[in-house]
Amino acid sequence: MEQYVLEMRNIIKTFPGVKALDDVNFKIKPLQIHALVGENGAGKSTLMNVLSGVYPHGTYEGDIVVNGEICAFKNIKESEAKGIAIIHQELALIPQLSIAENVFLGNEQTGIGPIISWDKTRQKTIEMMKKVGLTDNIDTKVRDLGMGKQQLVEIIKALSKDVKILILDEPTAALNDDDSKHLLDLLLGLKEHGITCIIISHKLNEVTRVADEITVLRDGKTIETLTKGTDEITEARIIKGMVGREIVDRFPKRSHKIGDVYFEVKNWNAYDTIDDTKHVLKDVNIQCRKGEVVGIAGLMGAGRTEFAMSVFGKSYGKKISGTILKNGKEIHIKNVKDAIKNGLAYTTEDRKSVGLILIDNIKRNISLTAFDKISKGIVIDENKEIKVAEEFRSKLRIKSSSILQKTGNLSGGNQQKVVFSKWIFSDPDVLILDEPTRGIDVGAKYEIYTVINELTEKGKTIILISSELPEVLGMSDRVYIMNEGRIVGELAASEASQESVMHCIMESNREG
Amino acid sequence: MGKKESILKNNLRQYVMVIVFALVIVLFQVLTNGVLLKPLNVSNLISQNGYILILAIGMLLCILTGGNVDLSVGSVAGFVGAMSAIMMLKWGIPEVPTILISLAIGFAIGCWQGFWIAYVGVPAFIATLAGMLIFRGLTLVVLQGTSLAPLPAAYTFLASGFLPGIVDVGGYNLLAIILGVAVSVFYVLRELKNRENKRKYDFEVTPLKVFILQTIGILAVINAFVLTLASYKGIPMVLVIVIILVAIYSFVTMKTIPGRHIYAFGGNAKAAQLSGVNTKKVMFWVYANMGVLAALAGIIFTGRLNSATPKSGTNFELDAIAACFIGGASTSGGVGTVIGAMVGGLLMGVLNNGMSIMGVSIDWQQAIKGFVLLAAVAFDVYSKSKSK
Repeated sequence: MEQYVLEMRNIIKTFPGVKALDDVNFKIKPLQIHALVGENGAGKSTLMNVLSGVYPHGTYEGDIVVNGEICAFKNIKESEAKGIAIIHQELALIPQLSIAENVFLGNEQTGIGPIISWDKTRQKTIEMMKKVGLTDNIDTKVRDLGMGKQQLVEIIKALSKDVKILILDEPTAALNDDDSKHLLDLLLGLKEHGITCIIISHKLNEVTRVADEITVLRDGKTIETLTKGTDEITEARIIKGMVGREIVDRFPKRSHKIGDVYFEVKNWNAYDTIDDTKHVLKDVNIQCRKGEVVGIAGLMGAGRTEFAMSVFGKSYGKKISGTILKNGKEIHIKNVKDAIKNGLAYTTEDRKSVGLILIDNIKRNISLTAFDKISKGIVIDENKEIKVAEEFRSKLRIKSSSILQKTGNLSGGNQQKVVFSKWIFSDPDVLILDEPTRGIDVGAKYEIYTVINELTEKGKTIILISSELPEVLGMSDRVYIMNEGRIVGELAASEASQESVMHCIMESNREG
Repeated sequence: MGKKESILKNNLRQYVMVIVFALVIVLFQVLTNGVLLKPLNVSNLISQNGYILILAIGMLLCILTGGNVDLSVGSVAGFVGAMSAIMMLKWGIPEVPTILISLAIGFAIGCWQGFWIAYVGVPAFIATLAGMLIFRGLTLVVLQGTSLAPLPAAYTFLASGFLPGIVDVGGYNLLAIILGVAVSVFYVLRELKNRENKRKYDFEVTPLKVFILQTIGILAVINAFVLTLASYKGIPMVLVIVIILVAIYSFVTMKTIPGRHIYAFGGNAKAAQLSGVNTKKVMFWVYANMGVLAALAGIIFTGRLNSATPKSGTNFELDAIAACFIGGASTSGGVGTVIGAMVGGLLMGVLNNGMSIMGVSIDWQQAIKGFVLLAAVAFDVYSKSKSK
């Protein structure tokens, strides 16, 4: 009976009022990469939390069978002892510590008694770094590594615990295409080291590339398991399983008129906030028209977020120089308040930690950007505030119990809708959207795209920053390509493709 | 049913606080053989705790910005008290200008600390710890180690005076009763309007029966309280000051833009900043405001003692901080109310007062207050982790 390395049988997990998992069956064959897909709220994370012991045995129904043996994990330590390790979306590394220190944190290599043997620690770390192809010095602090490399350190950490089943929750969400590719290749390689992987991902192109089997969850139920070779595995096929219907267009049609040049940034230069000798943005020039969606494509670290934030009230950078023109007139923006006053809006790439006040409700989050509109003097008119919030809740279809629900309890897609609401409320002319659909499921993405289209129809200018090339290409009228702090290309929607964008980046790397 | 439960759950912390407060009062009323709620003692209770309540209001704003505290308020209160005594007794400045100048000194001190914290970026804990040492030292310097007393009656009026009574009706102070009725009417009207508004927007409202009971209960408490005071000397000035401050600061924190900015800042500093909140300005004004309130507390405490002493104000900051946390403020900021801090402060005041009447020694009182603080915050942490 060694057919499955892991079986989860008839798992039922209920939270007060909700059945999060309803009779889920999940079977993993050894030495495979098994993808778990589903919309946000489908129960993927809950299932993995049951598996790894975050929800201890007894709080759910059903059996977990590892290598033919029924297990009852009381905590994470026990599941780790069985060789199950989980790498969460938010990495659990300590930025101030070195690679080696992070790898063996909580699993310290000791010599005599409780005294740490640094020789052993280093030696083992170096060994494993070779396995995953990480070439940095082991004393490098984790905070000095890029996201891609940090992800590798997490994997090393898991490997150091002699893992048999590695679970990765959205491992590539924060990675650029190059780093993602490297990571996925590494996962393929791990099979040879005797490791089975479970990967949770919204990036279906990656799933179709690496997965041997794909299990689709929907509303807490297992819908189907697709096997490479026997079943048809395409993105469209998977999406159909996830949403229960076929989505014809991933990007909604748009009927908008592009007007004259409206927003320009000229000769924009900026240096790093912390290290002001580092020239981060170099002579950036962009032009956007009324009613136009301008995409900015580029790899992680290309300087797109830095550009957006430095334009938006100097929220990033030092020694910033350059001019901003709106409607042909130069505008001066010293801080975020000026930016808002001049009709700019910026939605952050990280809505949880810098976009929303999670302990506050929907209403209070929406009104924050433009209290002036609902106040007399300094006194806020609560009735107006409620009306505004209700209006956005219904217009953007924010799924919530009421406008008094805490934003921290909303799903990712609905949180993003609150972020959009709050910025649309400030009545901007130019919206800079930084990774607007990161970590959001297919259905919610479509809704966000629809909102973007509605904005352009009203003549708003949209600057769209995204690491997902298909998104930039699908949504933009024109695409700027950024690399290492420079604009290295500009393509019209008709000529932009994955290849042409990558070509621009490669070209500029060669010149640089 | 579901709705009712969720209302109870959401307000559990507040309900528990009020219930605990009521139980503590009943407990000490029994233990002290009824002395606790005697008119004289109720009046004392207020003047004993007025300055802590005033400090707690300012402290709450500091805590709301992200769990920052102001450790210097005791020293600042002591320093301002000393300065006002010197102004009146040594420099011959009249009482009213003295009070105004004293408040201005407090404001200047608040700006000084706000500058270091908001614009230079010194952590609030350190900047105010420095302030605590600086102003304690300066108090000793200006008083040259001695006390100044007695103080003019017009100055001590704020601390130990009473609102004049118009007429006595059968041993009761008429003005006090009129004010009590006025407050009751205002309360009922406001609650009705709130309820109406919530209805209009289809929000959860407490069931009518509960609402009526709640209102009757609160009216009973208000009027019993006022009657008690009316049968003694009337309404203490300190109470008037505290009520006015509570009204102003409750309004500012709940209904105005600066108030929202404070909560937003404490809830998520980065998000607030990117939404156009000038976080430095918020931080600066919160501490500037604390300076003024510390000065006011200093004036009242000095007036109550009728002398300025080098030691006065010691440990006030700790009582004020404890009041806020017992009153439900979050150590990470963004959560807490002025009213909560007041209940927290009064709870400690009743503990102090009750134990004093019972003859419990001051050292035990300290220890017991420590346990109460620990229990309050532990309960808070526990109920939060459970609700997740």
